[in-house]
Amino acid sequence: MVFLFYLLSAIMIICALLVVFSKSPINNVIYLIVCFLAMAGHYILLNAQFLAVVHVIVYTGAIMVLFLFVIMLLNLNKAIILRKSTVTRVSAVITGGIFFLVLLAATRQTFEIHAKYPFASDFGLVSGIGKVLFNEFLLPFEMSSILFISAMVGALMFGKKDV
Amino acid sequence: MKDISSAIQLIPLENYVFLSVALFSIGMMGVLFRRNTIAILMCLELMFNSVNLLLTAFSAYHSDPAGQVFVFFIMIVAAAEVAVGLSIIVMMKRNVDSVDINLLNRLKW
Repeated sequence: MVFLFYLLSAIMIICALLVVFSKSPINNVIYLIVCFLAMAGHYILLNAQFLAVVHVIVYTGAIMVLFLFVIMLLNLNKAIILRKSTVTRVSAVITGGIFFLVLLAATRQTFEIHAKYPFASDFGLVSGIGKVLFNEFLLPFEMSSILFISAMVGALMFGKKDV
Repeated sequence: MKDISSAIQLIPLENYVFLSVALFSIGMMGVLFRRNTIAILMCLELMFNSVNLLLTAFSAYHSDPAGQVFVFFIMIVAAAEVAVGLSIIVMMKRNVDSVDINLLNRLKW
């Protein structure tokens, strides 16, 4: 099981780096899909089955297909050479690396290695999440429908040719 | 089911924190690195997901389902954000015939 954690983490990190460094947008989307599938594996490992299923359906099923559709519609599948200058790229890598090191050093000091918490194994399932979602978070859940319809209307207005 | 839930106790919480930090840094590096707007949006998704993973890990270790409900809401917001962002990219392609972020550099100042 610990081996599984390290395997999924390695897949995620490598695919995330390939998303950043590979040129063609189609390849970016494919690597991002692999990265998200590995993240769904992490959710299952964390015993959050509901989130794993929602993640696969929403992210790899809907959002990534939306990305692919836009790439297809805009005809971007040929690798366009859009590169920043070498100075900007090197400084971007250095900035990311320094950010990583600072956050790593800050979070290393703050935790005990083995946090002892009372452990329950059944709350990540659909029934456990549903009870919390429809009792305590019912109002935000209903408000999110308003968010969705406003996002839909906004996307349609952006997509129209002449408003 | 039983050995899956016992696997959490074998992996320290620190590992998930380090993994999320690494993913967030890679996403931030990608936002600074790329010029293609669609790739920048994808790196943004990467950063979103690292935060989601961290919230889920803390929720699982604390046995508190509210964290996973937050992740669910973050996914809702991310779906709406991607729809609007991609339509902005389509409009940008239609207006300036490119997805190069450097063409929009007047937004910087």
